[in-house]
Amino acid sequence: MGRKLLLDKAHIEGIRYYDVYRKNGGYAAAEKALKSMSPDQVTEEVKKSGMRGRGGAGFPTGMKWSFLAKPEGVPRYLVCNADESEPGTFKDRYLMEFLPHLLIEGLLISSYALGANTTYIYIRGEYAWIPDILEEAIAEAHKNGFLGKNILGTGFDLEIYVQRGAGAYICGEETALIESLEGKRGLPRIKPPFPAVKGLYQCPTVVNNVETLAAIVPIINIGGDEYVKYGIGKSSGTKLISACGNINKPGVYEIEMNISVEEFIYSDEYCGGIPNGKRLKACIPGGSSVPIVPANLLLTTAKGEKRMMTYESLNDGGFATGTMMGSGGFIVLDEDQCVVRHTLSLARFYHHESCGQCSPCREGTGWMEKVLKNIEHGKGKMSDIDLLWDIQRKIEGNTICPLGDAAAWPVAAAIRHFRDEFEWHVLNPDEAQRRNFGLVHYADPLPVAAAV
Amino acid sequence: MAEEKKLFKVKIDNITVEVEPGTTILNAARNIGGEVVPPAMCYYSKLQGSGGKCRTCLVKVTKGSEADPRPMPKLVASCRTTVMDGMEVANITSPEVLEARKGVVEFLLINHPLDCPVCDQAGECDLQDLSYEHGVSGTRYEFKRRTFEKEDIGEHIKLHMTRCILCYRCVFTADQLTEKRQHGILKRGDASEISTYMRASLDQTNFIGNVIDVCPVGALTDRTARFKNRVWFLKPVDAHRDCEDPKCCGKTVLWMRGDEIFRVTARKDKYGEVEGFICDTCRFEKKEVKDWVVEGPRKIARHSVISQGHYVGVHKPQETVAKVMDGRQPKLLMDIHSVSEVNMPQVDLSQLEGPAHSTDFPTNKGVQ
Repeated sequence: MGRKLLLDKAHIEGIRYYDVYRKNGGYAAAEKALKSMSPDQVTEEVKKSGMRGRGGAGFPTGMKWSFLAKPEGVPRYLVCNADESEPGTFKDRYLMEFLPHLLIEGLLISSYALGANTTYIYIRGEYAWIPDILEEAIAEAHKNGFLGKNILGTGFDLEIYVQRGAGAYICGEETALIESLEGKRGLPRIKPPFPAVKGLYQCPTVVNNVETLAAIVPIINIGGDEYVKYGIGKSSGTKLISACGNINKPGVYEIEMNISVEEFIYSDEYCGGIPNGKRLKACIPGGSSVPIVPANLLLTTAKGEKRMMTYESLNDGGFATGTMMGSGGFIVLDEDQCVVRHTLSLARFYHHESCGQCSPCREGTGWMEKVLKNIEHGKGKMSDIDLLWDIQRKIEGNTICPLGDAAAWPVAAAIRHFRDEFEWHVLNPDEAQRRNFGLVHYADPLPVAAAV
Repeated sequence: MAEEKKLFKVKIDNITVEVEPGTTILNAARNIGGEVVPPAMCYYSKLQGSGGKCRTCLVKVTKGSEADPRPMPKLVASCRTTVMDGMEVANITSPEVLEARKGVVEFLLINHPLDCPVCDQAGECDLQDLSYEHGVSGTRYEFKRRTFEKEDIGEHIKLHMTRCILCYRCVFTADQLTEKRQHGILKRGDASEISTYMRASLDQTNFIGNVIDVCPVGALTDRTARFKNRVWFLKPVDAHRDCEDPKCCGKTVLWMRGDEIFRVTARKDKYGEVEGFICDTCRFEKKEVKDWVVEGPRKIARHSVISQGHYVGVHKPQETVAKVMDGRQPKLLMDIHSVSEVNMPQVDLSQLEGPAHSTDFPTNKGVQ
């Protein structure tokens, strides 16, 4: 069994409520941090843990905190990004629904470290029932003196507010989230200035993912030095993976980042293999916007090494042969799945969610969707594949926010690795309506790289 | 003497320029002028917060600064990126930038109706100029273009959303020049549109007409001048009047043909930006020559289509009739326009409501 840090107590009946949570060691980290550590010591501990942001970009959290500007007399804000909208990702929902106090404790410690007296949880509107759970937990924490004025007699004040979004993927981008929180249209801001300097209401702001903030609790409990011992190298600690698609046991799993991808898919502890004896065709290991990889590149890297569930190993080979850890939305496709159709549904999503502020994304995402629709429905041309490649290339990197990149990468990776499936769709338009391309060679062992 | 400010040295396309800290790359390039200036469709120096959206001004920063010489990983919007000391920027010298710009132009055009032949903005349209310079002649877009209904968003302003490139300039204009913004962006993605929540509500203030001038395309046009004439048939004339509104600069360009004033606009510089904003009274109400103090013809860039009717420094062709006729004078040669009544000079086109129709030219036989 892999060691757990976040979900180790998730099975306890009633852990959602303060009393049970407290009885099982809850708020011990908060007491430890507030009573015996200075804010800088907390930040230092987080830095030592080497934890990387769990929202998708994987930026070291301690480093991000240390960038926060601290001018005199200006309030600072911590914002918890619970706008979890990436298709295939549902780990934060699980955390907030079953362990709301873990998040609140994490928020308390983080706010203390950053010197923020007002903290917001920006939650996506579709999680309609979760704000009630969070607000109930916040009220309980208030009643027991872990929120409000003069917490634990340390003189530190903190209020946490829950704010619902109105259903836009783009509001998960930190500056769009801040705009939305201010009551404006959720359009990403042009950076610089970064939120760490001018964020919410033009004040220094840190925006962190739910899982990141919850993981602060075990870091303080066991200490940064101990936390590093989980996982491999720079991928320290544990990560929540939302596994879905063609697997026997879809769900949220906490993994220590030292297992292989193969183990994660096939072991009974995690996904439990692929149902009905089907074979693995492809996988998107980090949520819809990371590159899709075929089975052979998923299980071994281009160098012939076993691919591990770590930031570095998943990224091995860059975009040419690798992918990304992303937000941990692990989507498995078996041999019956059509990559063209799958890419179309992702393109449709990004077209629908583009905010329309900058031109490459606004116009390009819609164009990609239309071209893909033609290919999928047997009306494609050979030149369309190159056209798609060219469109994604002109969107990527040329937009204000990373949504443009997120829209471009899945299309790029699908064409890069599954070009023959696209070509088959174009060449056999009628057959492509009746059956799928199948597994063909996508799971064949890679040619052994010649020794250099 | 005041203490001298430290200037930043910036190299753009291998041309060095010294600018004040806080200047954007685009404005530094404008200090140099000429071909190294990136095109800008959404940035407007007179409007705060504008820019960064159209992505036509993307440039490559090959050297971050003297202190941190690393290049920036992505192309950056030059209108919103400030210079650092020792920064080196590649604009037209970078094939990557030109390629990306070509892509942006293509994106801007895929849903643009390209109805230039019937568009009032044609001839003074930033998008036209941009596409001539950076676009390609064909399109790879094979789908139905996005369209919207035309809208009258006020007594004087016509909104043609299909032509809009969503530069947000008109939104900033209304925010910064008028008391209350009445229009904005509705919806999102490629369905976003400029509109008013309630129709025809852009009349409340005296400065809203400036949205017509800041619009880089033909999405917002002057209803008092629509379809009256093509810009290249009109003579732009600098003029001014003592405007009662203290916020109005009163300095305008009259677009005339003969003694008729077809249109009044603010004066635009070579980047298509107005020199000063004007009020709606000057723009829409003052269409008589007696309202204005005329200063003289406006200088228009030689390459602009607007100057095609203005013969400056051109040799007038010599009269050759006598020569080819062995010195004899022709028996009959007259200026047909001086006697013809076809055009009906008594009909003052600029005074008509809306576009001219055959009913505006009555003949003895009734309507032609």
